[in-house]
Amino acid sequence: MQVMPNYDGMFGALADATRRDIVRRAIDAQEGIAEVATHYPMSFAAVQKHVAILERAGLVTKQRIGRRKVVRTNVEALRVARRLLDRYEELWLGRIGRMSDLINEAPPKETEQ
Amino acid sequence: MTVTAVQKDANALTMTVTAEFDASPERVWQLWADPRQLERWWGPPTYPATFTALDLRSGGRASYYMTGPDGDATPPGYWEILIAEPPRRLEMIDGFANADGTPNQQMPGPGGMNVTIEPIGESRTRMTIENIFPDQGAMEQLLAMGQEEGMRQAVGQIDAILAEARAA
Repeated sequence: MQVMPNYDGMFGALADATRRDIVRRAIDAQEGIAEVATHYPMSFAAVQKHVAILERAGLVTKQRIGRRKVVRTNVEALRVARRLLDRYEELWLGRIGRMSDLINEAPPKETEQ
Repeated sequence: MTVTAVQKDANALTMTVTAEFDASPERVWQLWADPRQLERWWGPPTYPATFTALDLRSGGRASYYMTGPDGDATPPGYWEILIAEPPRRLEMIDGFANADGTPNQQMPGPGGMNVTIEPIGESRTRMTIENIFPDQGAMEQLLAMGQEEGMRQAVGQIDAILAEARAA
């Protein structure tokens, strides 16, 4: 079986509003965990836990800039997640389109049930 | 005219598709119950489906395979029908099997599909399909067979974050 990227972790991580907000903030990679934590009404440990979940899912990395360690969003991982949802949506839109064509093709028939 | 809406819930691992057709619920039910019609919409044009069995009753089963652009058949897919109440309700497990009918471990694990068909006016019917994914890896594998359909403009939260990424 081919090795799959950790999509479970990725979508689970994005399912939480605080973590989505952290991902948004970390796009420009300015803040360390302590600074990120000041934005949320929760303990430092709780924010640290959220960041760890995002890190495991590959959505953020901790990057050393000089003497500081900042949280940085992995934008490419986000794009992969979005493409997955888009493609599944596209599969179903295709199906609905074909259903619609079938319905328009023939006049409605009496049901045999 | 057909109106289609798609709602994705990354948390619950579901994607719900809603479509409205100018047809009766009985006509929409036929799209699922008549194997020849089903074959014309279930697989993408590049992976047409062939249904070898279709018993759309509670406790019934369906079997199909899809044929790829190179002429190779995919591992057989199956539907395990949990509830069938024509023409209104259909609930099933949707999975892939080996040739002997046992679940295929190399393919996406079985997911759920709940279909609701309801009249919403004179000759107008709404169909709602809730897809329940076993996990995201399964989703990826399913998509590998449908990706010829191409991309589409995205919706949702990931998009909003990406928009900020471009602005930053």
